[in-house]
Amino acid sequence: MLDQNAFDMRKYISRNPQSVAVWIALFVLIAFGLLRYDNFGGAYNITSFLNYNAMFIAISVGMCFVILTGGIDLSVGSVAAFTSVVAAYLSPYGIEVAMPLAILSGVAFGLFNAVCIVFGRIPPFIATLATMLGAKGGSLVISGAQTIAVDWGSNFTQLGMEKALGIVPWTIVIVGILVVGLWIVLEMTSLGRTILAVGGGEDASVMMGLKVNRAKIFAYALSGGCAGLAGVFLASGFGAGQPLEGVGWELSAIASVVVGGTLLTGGLGSIPATVAGALLLGLVFNILNFENGKGWISFSAYWQMVIRGAFLFAVILFQTRVMNRQSNVEFAK
Amino acid sequence: MTSVTSEETMRTDYTSRLKDHGGLIALAVILVFNIIVTPNFLQTQTLAVNISQVATIAIVAMGMTLVIATGGIDLSVGAVMALSGALAPLIFLSDFGQAYPVLGLIAALLCPLLAALVCGLFNGIIVSVLKVQPIIATLILFISGRGIAQVLTNGNLQTFSNPEFSYLGTGKILGFPFQGWLALAIACLLFWVVNRTIFGRYLLAIGGNERAARLAGGPVRRVKIGAYVICSVLSGLAGLIVVAINSASDAARNGNLMELDAIAAAVVGGALLHGGKAPIFGAILGAVIIQLVKYTLLANGVEDEVALIAKAAIILAAVYIQQARKE
Repeated sequence: MLDQNAFDMRKYISRNPQSVAVWIALFVLIAFGLLRYDNFGGAYNITSFLNYNAMFIAISVGMCFVILTGGIDLSVGSVAAFTSVVAAYLSPYGIEVAMPLAILSGVAFGLFNAVCIVFGRIPPFIATLATMLGAKGGSLVISGAQTIAVDWGSNFTQLGMEKALGIVPWTIVIVGILVVGLWIVLEMTSLGRTILAVGGGEDASVMMGLKVNRAKIFAYALSGGCAGLAGVFLASGFGAGQPLEGVGWELSAIASVVVGGTLLTGGLGSIPATVAGALLLGLVFNILNFENGKGWISFSAYWQMVIRGAFLFAVILFQTRVMNRQSNVEFAK
Repeated sequence: MTSVTSEETMRTDYTSRLKDHGGLIALAVILVFNIIVTPNFLQTQTLAVNISQVATIAIVAMGMTLVIATGGIDLSVGAVMALSGALAPLIFLSDFGQAYPVLGLIAALLCPLLAALVCGLFNGIIVSVLKVQPIIATLILFISGRGIAQVLTNGNLQTFSNPEFSYLGTGKILGFPFQGWLALAIACLLFWVVNRTIFGRYLLAIGGNERAARLAGGPVRRVKIGAYVICSVLSGLAGLIVVAINSASDAARNGNLMELDAIAAAVVGGALLHGGKAPIFGAILGAVIIQLVKYTLLANGVEDEVALIAKAAIILAAVYIQQARKE
């Protein structure tokens, strides 16, 4: 109590026990994989794992901002599919044109969500549901329901294959920068504080004179932009714009955010823990694949969904138990 | 009682009535448009096709309306459809089902509904006992329910020929599809439940003000669980109907995106998202509107994809009008 600013581990854990739990779970799972499988820690597995999960990390951190404001964004999967088509069409002009414009098209969907929610007073769940349908229809219309091959002659496809400094694929570098940038925005800027305040109590935030609308518009535009980036990764990684992809991505992203300990009512959460949540969910599949490779058991691909749901259930059970205990403590005070 | 009949009150009365009956007006507009534009619209065959397609949406939407009336939402309806639709052929195509066709048929109808009931219990308990937000609680089965169905069938398409079972989706009474009558019967039953039973009273009370309902000593938990169970069982029934129509069960496609149709139908039909209202026949009206918009676009050569955008616009418009009415 002498030094308020000193980092107090016990306080951190008691305030946000799940963020700690997700890191522990992640390390346990990694240790398990390293001990059990030969190539688990190999450069190939690590880079391909991160490369594939880069898009999920991107939409998860965007989703985290939206959920922190107490909202939800169900449109991210369809928006990513839409922007992957946009990116594929623009790929002949090179990555420096295709990527920003594709991300901007994602931001446009996000802004549409924000306008519906902030000014139209439509519940986030319904507004983004409608955008989900609209973006899905839009991507099917502009692509003619076909996958759109990217231009292999331009530098667009290098995004997923070329490596920065010859070590790390560019997708991973970009996602790394995004994550660190958003972490700083959330923890150190007034915008980030406002977003947390909005989720904690919107009415109170309005009365305090915080720029609530601006914070919400930022969150949804950001989520749309992150989905746009995921679409760019999708197009470059698979060499084609995929209008039919993205089904269920919003749920993976929500699951990552929840697993990372972010409260669904908003106001409490962390960007690193969300990334850990996304990695944890991805790792479950990676380990399943390795386990199948060992040949002892054989899980069909369909088990993935069952396990994913069971995982979410376990996390929710954990979260409600902790929350109930906390609210009981507060009640006792 | 003073009689105030100024022009102003007349007008507000008029506009509120317009908003209350927005769904009916929309339906009338679509019908007139179709009669003028769509070829062969006024044929009994067109009616039969639309009824057979709208019945499943309507059945699920009525369940969704009950859940929305408690202030909740059920995202798992499509997954439950896939699960129950996968179970039925598994049962009557099994050795037992082949050896005892009658028992097999009964089991093929009851077991899937029982499985759906368990799903509803699962959702309801997580929402009401663990106090998890409905959208997240039902996300669990949304994700894993379809996965379970695919694991059970190993992802295979199950085709069959079983006329007795297929009656559920292809049978006709008085020239109209069996499932249309079924939806109507369910609507009458649920209308009675909502408006004439204690369960219905508490259902609306919970959505209106959950805290007040609990303080008044209402069985809040049981009523909420009941709403989710009814919604799931109706979804299971819809899943069986879809399988019966197709004489085939595809766990990957059965009930796909049904949660969106059902929510849209309920909202268009006048259900308030924060609860407190359960317009059962409104849900049917909403389902009919959504089905007719889809049919109108398809029949006039508009692509399927554009129909999605139209559906998005309907949902936004319906909720926007609802919000405006509240304020």
